[in-house]
Amino acid sequence: MVGLATVFGAGGGTSSYEEAERADLIVMWGSNARNAHPIFFHRVLTAIGRGAKLFVVDPRRSETAQFADRWLGLNVGTDIALSNTIAREIIHSGLHHREFVAGSTTGFDEYAASVEPWTLERGEQVTGVPADAIRELAHAYATAKAAQLCWTLGITEHHNGVDNVLALCNLAILTGQVGRFGAGLTPLRGQNNVQGGGDMGALPNKLPGFQDVTDPVARAKFEALWGTTIPPENGLHLTEMFEAMEHRQLRAVLCIGENPAQSEADSGKAIRLLTGLDHLVVLDLYLTRTAELADVVLPGSASWCESDGTVTNSERRVQRVRKAIDPPGNARDDIDILIDLGGQLGQHWRYDSHEDVWDELRALSPIHAGMPWRRLEELGGIQWPCFSDDTLEPAFLHGRLWADDPADRGRLAPFSVVVDDPPVEGLTEEFPLRLTTGRRLDSYNTGVQSGGFRSPNREGETIDVSPSDALRLDIVDGELVSVSSPRGTIVAPARIDPSLRSGLVFMTFHFPDEIDVNVLTIDATDPKAGTAEYKAAAVRIDKFDKLDKFAPSTVTAGD
Amino acid sequence: MEVRTRGIPPTNDEDAAISSVLGVSIAREPHDATGGHRNRERRHLLLPALHAVNDRVGWLSQPAIDGIAERLDVSPAEVFGVASFYDLFAFAERTGRQVRVCVDLACRAADPDLVASLPAGSVASPCLGACERAPAALVIDPGEPVAQALVAPVRRPVVDQLLAGDVPPLESQPAAAVPQAGDANLVLLQRAGAGDPLDFATFVATGGFAALQSARAMGPEAVIDAVADSGLTGRGGAAFSTARKWSAVRTQTTSPHYMVCNADESEPGTFKDRTLIENDPFTLIESIAIACLAIDSTHAFIYLRGEYPRAFATLQRAIAVASDHPLLAGLTIELRKGAGAYICGEETAIFNSIEGYRGEPRNKPPFPFEVGLFGQPTAVNNVETLVNVPSIIAGAVAGTPRTANRRLLCVSGSVNRPGVYEVEMGLTLGDVIQLAGGVIAGSHVQAVLLGGAAGGFAGPGDMDLVLDPDATRSAGLTLGSGVVMVLDQHADLADQLVRVAEFFRHESCGQCVPCRVGTVRQHEAIERLTSERLTSDPNLTSTDVALLRDIGRAMQDASICGLGQTAFNAIETALDRLGMFAGDRL
Repeated sequence: MVGLATVFGAGGGTSSYEEAERADLIVMWGSNARNAHPIFFHRVLTAIGRGAKLFVVDPRRSETAQFADRWLGLNVGTDIALSNTIAREIIHSGLHHREFVAGSTTGFDEYAASVEPWTLERGEQVTGVPADAIRELAHAYATAKAAQLCWTLGITEHHNGVDNVLALCNLAILTGQVGRFGAGLTPLRGQNNVQGGGDMGALPNKLPGFQDVTDPVARAKFEALWGTTIPPENGLHLTEMFEAMEHRQLRAVLCIGENPAQSEADSGKAIRLLTGLDHLVVLDLYLTRTAELADVVLPGSASWCESDGTVTNSERRVQRVRKAIDPPGNARDDIDILIDLGGQLGQHWRYDSHEDVWDELRALSPIHAGMPWRRLEELGGIQWPCFSDDTLEPAFLHGRLWADDPADRGRLAPFSVVVDDPPVEGLTEEFPLRLTTGRRLDSYNTGVQSGGFRSPNREGETIDVSPSDALRLDIVDGELVSVSSPRGTIVAPARIDPSLRSGLVFMTFHFPDEIDVNVLTIDATDPKAGTAEYKAAAVRIDKFDKLDKFAPSTVTAGD
Repeated sequence: MEVRTRGIPPTNDEDAAISSVLGVSIAREPHDATGGHRNRERRHLLLPALHAVNDRVGWLSQPAIDGIAERLDVSPAEVFGVASFYDLFAFAERTGRQVRVCVDLACRAADPDLVASLPAGSVASPCLGACERAPAALVIDPGEPVAQALVAPVRRPVVDQLLAGDVPPLESQPAAAVPQAGDANLVLLQRAGAGDPLDFATFVATGGFAALQSARAMGPEAVIDAVADSGLTGRGGAAFSTARKWSAVRTQTTSPHYMVCNADESEPGTFKDRTLIENDPFTLIESIAIACLAIDSTHAFIYLRGEYPRAFATLQRAIAVASDHPLLAGLTIELRKGAGAYICGEETAIFNSIEGYRGEPRNKPPFPFEVGLFGQPTAVNNVETLVNVPSIIAGAVAGTPRTANRRLLCVSGSVNRPGVYEVEMGLTLGDVIQLAGGVIAGSHVQAVLLGGAAGGFAGPGDMDLVLDPDATRSAGLTLGSGVVMVLDQHADLADQLVRVAEFFRHESCGQCVPCRVGTVRQHEAIERLTSERLTSDPNLTSTDVALLRDIGRAMQDASICGLGQTAFNAIETALDRLGMFAGDRL
């Protein structure tokens, strides 16, 4: 979101789902949407059925890549190199959108100079992708009538994730593939309401409605209504919080609906830090691993059936959710818990209903102002921005960049010079394999919400290896092997996956109780967004029977 | 798409067969792979790929299906769904010789004992289209290349020898199916018996391609006008105006346009397309070229049924020989082979089959002239319809316009000279039987099947029936595909009816309910009616007859395509014209 906000001023995908169906080219970059975003992928399939071409950029020939007209299997962490090579090819072929670049962007000359060294040959050498595949993608993207550029955590879960996003934004503004119906940038979100969390100000630098904490005018508006003083500086993002815990600056945590004990990279360290806090309160539906570490656990409610409110999906559509049943036992509505907590802390909030809370937000957040519940219900949800309750804005963002009158274009979109920066952890003789992580269709994140359901496809955690590595390491399908990174060792069954190339191995993090993959991952993080580099660690695989040199305590055996 | 297989590679033979159609393996490198549309748009090669494997190894293993699925980017389940639609493919190991013995109407009348107890190891087959020499068998030896031979007439000892591995006897000459061969009055069959059907030089030297040359000079509109003036209508059974069909395709603005020659001749009792192709393949090619000119198409498909090995080889060779002729420049004629599915002769099912889908008919509208093969404007014409065209053009050019009043009749059964007859409309049923040498000595007519299984039975009192579309229609009959099958007093009509019902039950594609369920219930009712126990009880008989009429009405009214709509025809005529099951047995 940081990357999109830098370029366009708003941290959201620029297109609606429907536009994906209307695009004639879809690029999925670092996104295995077939598995991780299967509902959105139906839109992609509709587009393909209409004749749209699909390009997939992913180190693995993933399930998504198997639908592609062309798969570009870049080396892990070379996204910027690939993007810069594509940009140079577009510029040298004269396929960039000169008019759009001249009238709606800034910084082109510097950007063009920065990508100049990225010839197809150099791009191939660094990314591993054949020059002709890079050329085909460059030309297809630049000449498409309407191209969607979609990405997920393969772009963001790197130590330089923000730069990766900027690199993709560069391609969109270079070719004018943004701000038009069907053309846009679409980051796919991992949760039904992850966008809504950001909308509501659950970001360290934003107030609700993406208003800057550091902006005194914005702050004053909130302070007047809330009758309190808001700290004028940005807060900490998750990774900074763990750093602050490490430096003993952060001593008490209220954790709502998050399971950092298992989801953080280098989970051993995360558990140590959480255990060392003075006070940990967890508000959750489940007694998660993190909740087990807590001093107080507040059983919350399931927002989709035990509470009234709204959610916002990845296309910025705010939708009503309605309460159907009461929370069980002593579990309570999250809003009631927070109001009581506020009361204990000296803030006596008064709301007659959940709708009252929403109307307060509408008074403070201009992009939500035109969305009373009644209207949300009538229209089946409304996309933000929606400034007044008698108008609707276009389904896509940033159409202003195409305005005839330069004065109407607002802040022009800046190109960003981004520099190729390989993964923090290089491959070594001791750890010669590149581990990347991802998801499978039938499991969700750390398995808290999906582990309780059976699936005929779920095979449990495996370490996926290419057929050639399996042969070299003398391991067979299903064999237990040990996987080590500089941080630790786990044991997992091997799965031979022909979609992997030699040197690349893959795991999920769906089964942390059995096999804790985040023992292996590196907690190098992006300084701008705080996202950890889950996608690139260096590991070694050993046959399990040669494991005697490891102390048993470091081993979590799968069963 | 995400094609999940069991990961077991095809055998070398299977792989070679797949590669011969789909090219070597799929394009995948450690850092790069192509796929998607590039693979899926070759879906129309699915049926040829299945044939290649089945021909070479005799059956379709799971790894072979997986291998085809991967290269075409469709799921193995989808490939299996298509493959299992067709009778000629097997999914359990079958590597040796197959002997497929025809058990359909003409053959079971000719040798009821053979059909009643097929020799162990042989396989029952629907009509093999060799009714003039019934009974027939098709011998298939898988391999590279596959060897296929039609053996007819075939008797039980020969079937036994074939099963034991004997080399099949040579087939009779193609002209043997044309008793009139050499008759100077013939138009459609004029070249039958006049020399080597594949001698292209002689064909050209004796007026071949002259009509195509004339058509070029006339231009499409004039060609369509000439065809309209001749009154030519479709010979596949529906009798729709050929000129109107062509004109409708021609005026469609979307391109490309396609031409499909329907040679999926599978109606029991029909063998005229086979006879035309084997005797005169170049005239068919010339006709297709003229049709393409008329409908503004450069791409034609000939869809030939899979049980015609000699017709296939003849056409394949003829297309190769003729394709260098300058008048065929820019025209692609692709020969596609069916795999044992009667329904694929339906004008929209044939599109699905060519495109690589299950050969299920499509709903109409849209009609083929708007949305046909690959969704494009398409003209579908029967072989006999097309071969009328060169003589029509020649007549128009010469100033002696020809009326398209000649038809081919497939005369089989108890006559002295069975075969394909070219007649002018207006002859009576009795005339036609006389033309075919009359009923064989010692026989008299018990019934005559007109139009095939989808047609109807005439009785011995119908000898004065005029065999033209109007007269047959007003008599509640149809000329259909030109079948005239004469059944004498030895034929077991009840057995024939059971077979008709069984045939439709087997060939129903199962897509629409009236036909899927109706053909099954109809078969069951006919079996009850013909079993000894029930025919003795008039009450039960009338219950089942009422049920048959009810089912028949539902199939006629509510089926998607002609198969269900005609599945009751023959049985209805047996009830009404022959008086079967009317209380006192026939």
